[in-house]
Amino acid sequence: MQNTRTANMALTFSDEQAMILDSAKSFCRDRSDISTVRSLLNSKTGFSSETWSDLVSLGWTGIAITEQYGGSELGIGSTVPLVESMGRHLLSTPYISTIIASQALQRGGSEAQKANWLPRVVTGSIGTLALLDNEDWGATATSCTLTADFELQGTKVMVNDAAVADFFVVLAEHNGAEVLVLVETSSLPSDSLSDKILIDETKRACNVTFNGVKLSAAAILPNSEAALRDSRLIGALLTAAEATGSSAAALDIVVSYLTSRVQFGRLIGSYQALKHPTVEMLIATDSARTLIYHAASVVDDQPLNTDAEIACRMAKAQATDALLFTGDRGIQFHGGMGFTYDCDAQLYLRRGLWIQHQYGDAQHHRLHLANLLLD
Amino acid sequence: MTTNTHSPQTDQTQDLQEFRVEVSAWLEHNRPDDPGFLLPQTFMEVGSEKVLEFLREWQHKVWSAGYLGMAWPKKYGGQGMAPKYQSIVDQEMKRLRVPICFNVIGLGWAGPLILDIGSDFEKDKYLKGILNAEDVWCQGFSEPNHGSDLGGIQTSARREGGDYLINGSKIWTTMGNYAKYMILLARTDAKVDRRYNGLSFFLAPMQTEGVTTTPIKKLTGEYGFTETFFNDARIPATSLMGDEGQGWRIAMKTLQYERGAEAGAAGGISILSIVMNDLLNMAQDIEREGQPLLKDPVTRDNLVKLLIEEKALYLAEKRIGIPALCADYPNSLPLSGKLRGTEFFRRMRQYALTLQGGQSALYVGDKDAIDSGFWQRAYMNNFSTTIGGGTSQVQANIIGEHVLGLPKD
Repeated sequence: MQNTRTANMALTFSDEQAMILDSAKSFCRDRSDISTVRSLLNSKTGFSSETWSDLVSLGWTGIAITEQYGGSELGIGSTVPLVESMGRHLLSTPYISTIIASQALQRGGSEAQKANWLPRVVTGSIGTLALLDNEDWGATATSCTLTADFELQGTKVMVNDAAVADFFVVLAEHNGAEVLVLVETSSLPSDSLSDKILIDETKRACNVTFNGVKLSAAAILPNSEAALRDSRLIGALLTAAEATGSSAAALDIVVSYLTSRVQFGRLIGSYQALKHPTVEMLIATDSARTLIYHAASVVDDQPLNTDAEIACRMAKAQATDALLFTGDRGIQFHGGMGFTYDCDAQLYLRRGLWIQHQYGDAQHHRLHLANLLLD
Repeated sequence: MTTNTHSPQTDQTQDLQEFRVEVSAWLEHNRPDDPGFLLPQTFMEVGSEKVLEFLREWQHKVWSAGYLGMAWPKKYGGQGMAPKYQSIVDQEMKRLRVPICFNVIGLGWAGPLILDIGSDFEKDKYLKGILNAEDVWCQGFSEPNHGSDLGGIQTSARREGGDYLINGSKIWTTMGNYAKYMILLARTDAKVDRRYNGLSFFLAPMQTEGVTTTPIKKLTGEYGFTETFFNDARIPATSLMGDEGQGWRIAMKTLQYERGAEAGAAGGISILSIVMNDLLNMAQDIEREGQPLLKDPVTRDNLVKLLIEEKALYLAEKRIGIPALCADYPNSLPLSGKLRGTEFFRRMRQYALTLQGGQSALYVGDKDAIDSGFWQRAYMNNFSTTIGGGTSQVQANIIGEHVLGLPKD
């Protein structure tokens, strides 16, 4: 066996991307200090509309949209430094949902769908992918149907940012095939959304009932199959980037506590029992960061190839495990404080528990990687 | 063992491409035949005269062809070429799995050090013999009671006329019984308050009365290290490198070469690369209950975890070159490289034995041992990397303190 499938070692980062990263870092830091994060935990939408409109003005929602539709066409990889920075500062907005939904349209939509919605995404319209029938992120089939006369029947669960979405890209079965259909929020009945209570209080999601929504053939994304596959992988990459940022932040608060808390007459960071696992957190986070930027270097506007699939799956597997670890140790290393709601460590633990299943958990991706790498 | 292809190389210019083709053709054509005895996987396993002579001949051949010390000046036996040529040679050696260039303390540590800060006398005297393998070098830093803690060195060097009188002992001297010279760290001033300031650095001749070596039998049952004893060993004062008291500074510089953080090494591979691909090759014919082992879901999950780790390890080398992606802790990847790499290889090699089932209980010399016990040796010998040059636990302290800023113990 000559396993050349892990041989792609691309890792590039342009000056342009470095500038994006710089501005993302300062924007997220300025807009999302921890007291702001906490003040939004109980809010209806979970984000500040001012922050959203400012990041839209910066061009971030259009960064991966082609120039033809008003975007800056820097490629989906360019969203990775933005999303990592958002994860770092727990800046939750409908950004990730919107990027994934707009990628689905750009990659699989009709000319009319793209012309209608992509320019609006550039100027701040919000979209989201409605994928799940149940808890299984690995499911390939759906019980949601688009009937022969183009009426939707079915409910999607845990649809991210559904309450603020202007459009949905919905996975449905139509004439025996899985298709993605574009549904504008205006066509939904008024009682179709029900809010979910999420473990990560910075996030928002709803179950969405699409029963009786009448569409036409034009609602189907012509290239649904590729769009679905690629959006799942891009979803994995972006949530991996967000998890990596959050993991780095969890590490930061641990380091800060270990260098300020004194017990038994010593700073607790001097104890190797705490020091060595903290180094493991650093290494796990470092590996995640390496892998997300590798993935960012190999994804492009073409249908994602095998190298890109491997990279996205590795990134999500590693980032998920990294954040679950840093989040967990983050609580433990804060001792009694860590058990309280007031300690910020809980924010990262909850983020990890939420994000691990987004677009597939580590085991799910390793299962797919095994098929790609070992057979 | 097949050649490994984990890192296909692309060259920027046609000149370099042609050079790579030339080198790989030379290596293929000149690689030695199987000598009929086990060759070392690393330079720390040169345990017999026949292995030594085999490797000496090979290194000499590589040097004679102009493929070693390519970036060193011509007058010292090098080629005076750009380092990128040597990098290509090293990559091809690694890919084609030719025998190692064993004189590593000379090629990788003492040589670059002498080139960098040595006198003309030292350069003339030592460099060429390092490259052509006539002079084997060893290192005398660690002592029996001071493994990773060099500040505690007790071996003394006392000036007496035109000589220094050396007393004490060193341990983990790689090829100590074959070496002509040792880079030796010894205490010239026991009174200095700060224990580091009393140390001096010597390029010490080993064929000296009062120097004796005792080979150390390793956990593998093989040899490769010695304990080295100095009993009123008289070495010429010209062996002192720099001035008295500068030993610590020079030793730290040497360790930079050891850890690969400083350029200047003569080149050549010192360790046979063993990658996941080799493990997968080993595992592919193994069956359990009539099914290929590689179809077992638990095995598959474990293998993928290792593949992810391996990929992150190699990609980290690239990320080091992109400062914007290392802004959090700029020293993190360079300082954690040894820990990440050596611990990964330890677990990977251990897992290879797990996959062998009952056969992993067989050992070197048994005709049924898989690959003549290659993985058994590989796993056990790997501890030289997780212990030598600062144990993984000391590395974790260094990273915790120097990267994360955690307080000292």
